[in-house]
Amino acid sequence: MTFWILAPIMVAAALGILFVRKAVHAALLLAVVMISLAVLYAVLEAPFLFAVQIIVYTGAILMLFLFVMMLIGVDATDSVVETIRGQRVMAVVLGLAFGTVLVLGIGQVTFGVAVGLDEANAGGNVPAIANILFSRYVFAFEATSALLITAALGAMVLAHRERLTPKAGQAELAAQRMRDYAEHGKHLGPLPSPGVYARHNAVDTPALLPDGTAAESSVSRVLAARGTVRSAPALADDIDDVRRQMAGIEGHADPTTMPETSGKAGAPATTEEDVQKDVQKGVEK
Amino acid sequence: MTQYIVLSAILFTIGCVGVLTRRNAIVVFMCVELMLNACNLAFVAFARQHGNLDGQITAFFVMVVAAAEVVIGLAIIMTIFRTRRSASVDDASLLKY
Repeated sequence: MTFWILAPIMVAAALGILFVRKAVHAALLLAVVMISLAVLYAVLEAPFLFAVQIIVYTGAILMLFLFVMMLIGVDATDSVVETIRGQRVMAVVLGLAFGTVLVLGIGQVTFGVAVGLDEANAGGNVPAIANILFSRYVFAFEATSALLITAALGAMVLAHRERLTPKAGQAELAAQRMRDYAEHGKHLGPLPSPGVYARHNAVDTPALLPDGTAAESSVSRVLAARGTVRSAPALADDIDDVRRQMAGIEGHADPTTMPETSGKAGAPATTEEDVQKDVQKGVEK
Repeated sequence: MTQYIVLSAILFTIGCVGVLTRRNAIVVFMCVELMLNACNLAFVAFARQHGNLDGQITAFFVMVVAAAEVVIGLAIIMTIFRTRRSASVDDASLLKY
């Protein structure tokens, strides 16, 4: 029963690998095939392989695939140009012929009644596998360890990159900065921090220069690209608003209710409003 | 029993066609993995058929070798991508000439 549910899913997913354009989608479809295979292993009385399939294949190998895909570029799609003329058609015809021969050949064979693994799995599947693995197949197992070490070494050698130029030290970096300043007039010091001269000090608020314009370099480029940066004119309006409010309060309300009003507006005890208020008071006096 | 082997054969064939048609090295690699998995399914099915665990042991070894092979293969793909800025199997053709 499980087989008849999973088999169509697996074949569809495997066919999908052939047709999807993006490599990431192929990897996800491969994950579907792998997990379905794991379930089939469980059905076929191989609980150890069920666990190994999920841990090693879907857990490690597919993650590695996705990881390399992220490094290479997720949107790397296949080229549709054929280097050998008619190669795709030939491959499909060949594949169909091969598949037909295989399936027909298997269809001719009668397997008889399956013996089943009840006897072999009598003391549990994992102990039974361990018994065989560490007795009859122990040399193959040892060879596997050598293979794994070789694989780890090979991956290290292949993925290692030689440094072509010597690493730039502090002195070189400082000299480079001075050169940039001399040639392009690039600002020498650190970038201005956001919101220093503006009303807010959040990272999305550009610092205001003395003439009221926003300092572009004070906001992260990522925020600027996303368009979440608060604009300087809006901030200026904000300041005008507050100034008008303050003027209104000064004009109409008596001084004893003033702290309550500012409390209702949600402003903490010492905000810039207060400072401005004080300044205005000073001016009036 | 037969249906498992037929499914295994179908998956293997799909893997074969994938290796022959796809151009992206990573997808080609995935198709190789698909073929290995199809073989594993046949091994496990035959283990149940014959009533001993040798098939499962073989499938286990195939998985180990596949894991090692994926590491090396992906490292090679990474290196090729780094030097030629492409993961297409058609671009790595210098040995042809």
